[in-house]
Amino acid sequence: MGIDWFPLWLSLRVAAISTAIALAIGLWLAWTLANRSFRGKEILDAAVTLPLVLPPTVLGYYLLVLLGRASPIGHLYEWLFGGPLVFTWQAAVVASLFHSTPLLVKSARAALESVDRSYERAARNLGATELRLFWRITLPLARRSILAAAALAFARSLGDFGVTLMIAGNIPGRTQTVSVAIYDAVEAGNGATARILVLIISAVALAILTLANRLTSNPFGPRQASL
Amino acid sequence: MIQARIRKQYAPGPDSAGFSLDFEFQAAAGVTVLFGSSGSGKTLTLDSIAGFIRPDEGRILLDDQILFDGAARVHLPPRSRHCGYVFQNYALFPHMTLRQNLEFAAERAPSLGRHRKVTEMLEKFHLTEVAGRRPYQLSGGQKQRCSIARALIGAPRVLLLDEPARGLDAPLRAELYSVLRQVRQDFGTPILLVTHDTEECFELADEMVVLREGRAVQNGTPRKIFEQPANVDVARLLGLYNVLPVEIRSLDPGRNTSRLRYQEFELTGPYFPGRLIGDQVWIFVRPDQLSVAPRNGRTAFNQIPATLLRTVEKPERLRLEFSGDIAVEMPPGAIENVASVKEWVIEFPSRDLRVL
Repeated sequence: MGIDWFPLWLSLRVAAISTAIALAIGLWLAWTLANRSFRGKEILDAAVTLPLVLPPTVLGYYLLVLLGRASPIGHLYEWLFGGPLVFTWQAAVVASLFHSTPLLVKSARAALESVDRSYERAARNLGATELRLFWRITLPLARRSILAAAALAFARSLGDFGVTLMIAGNIPGRTQTVSVAIYDAVEAGNGATARILVLIISAVALAILTLANRLTSNPFGPRQASL
Repeated sequence: MIQARIRKQYAPGPDSAGFSLDFEFQAAAGVTVLFGSSGSGKTLTLDSIAGFIRPDEGRILLDDQILFDGAARVHLPPRSRHCGYVFQNYALFPHMTLRQNLEFAAERAPSLGRHRKVTEMLEKFHLTEVAGRRPYQLSGGQKQRCSIARALIGAPRVLLLDEPARGLDAPLRAELYSVLRQVRQDFGTPILLVTHDTEECFELADEMVVLREGRAVQNGTPRKIFEQPANVDVARLLGLYNVLPVEIRSLDPGRNTSRLRYQEFELTGPYFPGRLIGDQVWIFVRPDQLSVAPRNGRTAFNQIPATLLRTVEKPERLRLEFSGDIAVEMPPGAIENVASVKEWVIEFPSRDLRVL
């Protein structure tokens, strides 16, 4: 009996794309939260974290309403790409975004805030614009922590189940990600497939977490010590 | 030339007293030292000029450019102020080599001459050999020179230094002083330096401003300030010896004399205009203006008996510290076997006593 490897590849692809998007959104949000003061900042901060604590069914329900074929966003998507968003693998990307982005924002904000203020002062004093300061000083100095956060977000995306099931569905060969496939295999009494997929996912997650730990444990080596 | 009038109020918090900065000063070419203890507002002043904090009121002018004007709501961002800033921890970017640090600072300059300028600066500050290293691979002196070079490479109109000698050992201090003297000579950039170290004032300052609790209490050349501190607070800040509380017992303008009571002793001083008999005042006399002799028998005119508490020998002078908060300085070797004698008499030259 051959194992269908499609769910594994799909999950890796979904996780990679979602991490990339989350990195862009997350860095921007993290920078805003770390550097700007505005009304409703605390609410924004809480709203960003909300998906981490909401039940997947609640989140999935919101997304179905928000992105479904009857919604304005769903309409716009259909008009742009010629097909509905829900129950496609792209919907799985959206689903995992809602868990990877909060993780990234939290850690990236902490990472950006941990950069010594005097470097930022020095850069501004030397004529740097805020953009140049971010790309040349703050981001490189926070690089390792942010990469670690991205690794965690990737691992989290890989394992998303509830929301994915609700808005991407369980269409074998099209939207069936690895966690859904495991559920499916167990339900169908297909123990061998479930076992192998479970082991692979556990190994990948362990490897990613180890990498993330190594990235954060030694942020700047001897450089930090000299400060 | 920098002209500043700065007012900034900090409300008292649950675990901090309130603080208000309110003062005015000018700094022209050469080195101006802002002198004060910690918490006197000197770093706040530097940060206001660099634009890191916004004063409540006032006006800061650098040459003919307005950096800040409270009334006109002008507050230039730090990047538009053209102030070189040497940070206390140097703040060299740790992920860049020394050369990259300078290049980052030079990016404002036209790209054509940029490379040459960086190379020139590296040479001038003796950093060419280590240009490829990262800050953590540099010695303290190299880091210090690099941070000064980085601050100067954009041709700032003023160079600000925040306690540059803090935590440095003696050789590094000496090196810093010589680098700064070189900078004053070669660049002509006005230098504004913040310190709480009196030695630094004498080493570097053309002008100094004494700050106390957010206010300027005295300004002038270091020599003038140390000779004639404006009041007892300034004298204490400067760590001067022989600031003594006395009571005026009599005043004689005709003979230009006064009689003063210090503890249980009588001293004769000059006439103090504007003072009244019975006034409690502080007098000050420089330690090198006093003379001492071992005590034998009675004290003569204007002499006070005192017990030697300790002697401090420095290469350039010997200081004897006596009971009654009196210290006397003399060239080393002026008296043989100082420590063997405990009881001394100290002679006060009446014309050198000054009222603070």
